[in-house]
Amino acid sequence: MIEIRGLGMYFGKFQALSNVSLSVEAGEKVVICGPSGSGKSTLIRCINRLEEHSSGQLFVDGVEIGEETRNIRNVRMEIGMVFQQFNLFPHLTVLDNLTVGPVRVRKMSRRDAERRARKYLQRVHIPEQADKYPSQLSGGQQQRVAIARSLCMEPKIMLFDEPTSALDPEMINEVLDVMVELASTGMTMICVTHEMGFARKVADKMVFMEEGEIIETAPPEEFFNHPRSKRCQMFLDKVLEH
Amino acid sequence: MPKTHPSLIKFQSSQHRTADAGRWVRLMLDSRLMSILLYVLIMGLIIRVLMTGAQAIGYNWQWYRVSDYILEMTDDGFQVGELLLGLVTTIDLTFRSFALAVAIGLVIALLQLSSLMIGSRIAIGFIEFVRNLPLLVLLYLIYYVVGPIFDLGRFTASVLCLAVYHSVLVAEIFRAAIQAVPLGQWEAARAVGLSTPQCYRYILIPQSVKFILPPLTGEAVHLIKSSAIVSVIAVAELTTMGRNIISDTYMSFEIWFTVAAIYLIFTLILSIFVTFLEKKFEVIN
Ligand SMILES: Nc1ncnc2c1ncn2[C@@H]1O[C@H](COP(=O)(O)OP(=O)(O)OP(=O)(O)O)[C@@H](O)[C@H]1O
Ligand SMILES: [Mg+2]
Repeated sequence: MIEIRGLGMYFGKFQALSNVSLSVEAGEKVVICGPSGSGKSTLIRCINRLEEHSSGQLFVDGVEIGEETRNIRNVRMEIGMVFQQFNLFPHLTVLDNLTVGPVRVRKMSRRDAERRARKYLQRVHIPEQADKYPSQLSGGQQQRVAIARSLCMEPKIMLFDEPTSALDPEMINEVLDVMVELASTGMTMICVTHEMGFARKVADKMVFMEEGEIIETAPPEEFFNHPRSKRCQMFLDKVLEH
Repeated sequence: MPKTHPSLIKFQSSQHRTADAGRWVRLMLDSRLMSILLYVLIMGLIIRVLMTGAQAIGYNWQWYRVSDYILEMTDDGFQVGELLLGLVTTIDLTFRSFALAVAIGLVIALLQLSSLMIGSRIAIGFIEFVRNLPLLVLLYLIYYVVGPIFDLGRFTASVLCLAVYHSVLVAEIFRAAIQAVPLGQWEAARAVGLSTPQCYRYILIPQSVKFILPPLTGEAVHLIKSSAIVSVIAVAELTTMGRNIISDTYMSFEIWFTVAAIYLIFTLILSIFVTFLEKKFEVIN
């Protein structure tokens, strides 16, 4: 589903990614962790080309992503993305946040789009909030709306960039529960998160990054119980302490 | 409990009293009635100075003749006076040039924000060129240089000049407003798959409106005022009409007062309209 080969990425002179390779099968759940500034966000933002890589190759569902990609929008339609800061559209109601993509990008009729939006609001357990504005919702509810907004495009892949780190502790679980449920539907997911309980539960593959490189890739039991690199061990000790 | 010295008590209470008086004076000065009184007083003084000045130079007031230049009562009903005709032209001029200024301004702002190097260069060049020219020189350039080449009339040249001059100011308003929308909105919109025009249309511009509306109206008021400059190429708008009437009648005081009042009413109405719009947007957001 996603094939990354030797990816390199620069912000000006600063190298944010170097020689990153990763492959993700359809239906696979990958959790990426690593210290702040290690390039986790940059990596997943390259996948839907919110950032442009400078070397290496990146394929999504068989389509190479790069300067020559004819229609990046067709690729983005298939990739949902959930941000740390939710990034809901504050001038639109929850329902309109969910329908803008299907109506404008997928060219669905309003009615079908609304039916679909209500279905996914149900899926994230807030069907009653459809007519509110984002600012009237709690953080956890906003993030669930953001997840529903991505799901409304019925993507093949979902990217999560620290979806719970802007939330108050008591709201983290309501979002993680929705993500676990989503995982059980067979969605292909790449999550950047430090929620190791979630990772243990859903991950098929753990990825540890540091200074723009993938240091370790392993199945969760192996990753948590016998991390190969010392760096990874130290990082896990720090994260699991909390 | 320590005993307080009697003189100290007196001092404290007197200080208390002055603080009280101070608050009272402040309250009075802040009150609406007081502002109105002050305003009337100052205006009265100014008018009085003008009157005595006019008397000193032996000015012959003929206010009764002014109304004819607004609406004239003739045998076959009312007839629109010259000042009113001038106002209509001013409004016409303002609307056309403002619409054009907004259109050009939007294009410049989008060019400036575009990732195309050539786009932003062109926009910056245009902005610097226009912003560093006096309005009058721009008018002369368009009327006397561009005008003959493209066969532009006075009115068209004036619309073009005002539109160009104000477009760069409008562009700056658009640019600032679009940049005031957080980057995350762009990213979310693009991640959903919206194209760049759709991002602007459905996500950025609607959110920018509340940043755009107040300064844009300020710009409209500014444009109404700068429209007076086209009287130098004899476009028959309010200022030109006023000047023509004066050259016939020598009633300079009355006519200029009237012209000023008409501009003032026009711009005030616009400002009130905007306050209303702003309130409405506040409710929506
Ligand atoms: N727009 C940018 N311009 C310049 N440098 C950037 C930019 N965005 C990120 N960087 C740098 O690239 C590096 C990787 O950033 P990235 O956001 O991918 O890290 P991260 O692993 O997601 O960290 P965090 O856990 O803090 O979110 C950091 O050192 C960061 O300073
Ligand atoms: Mg990050």
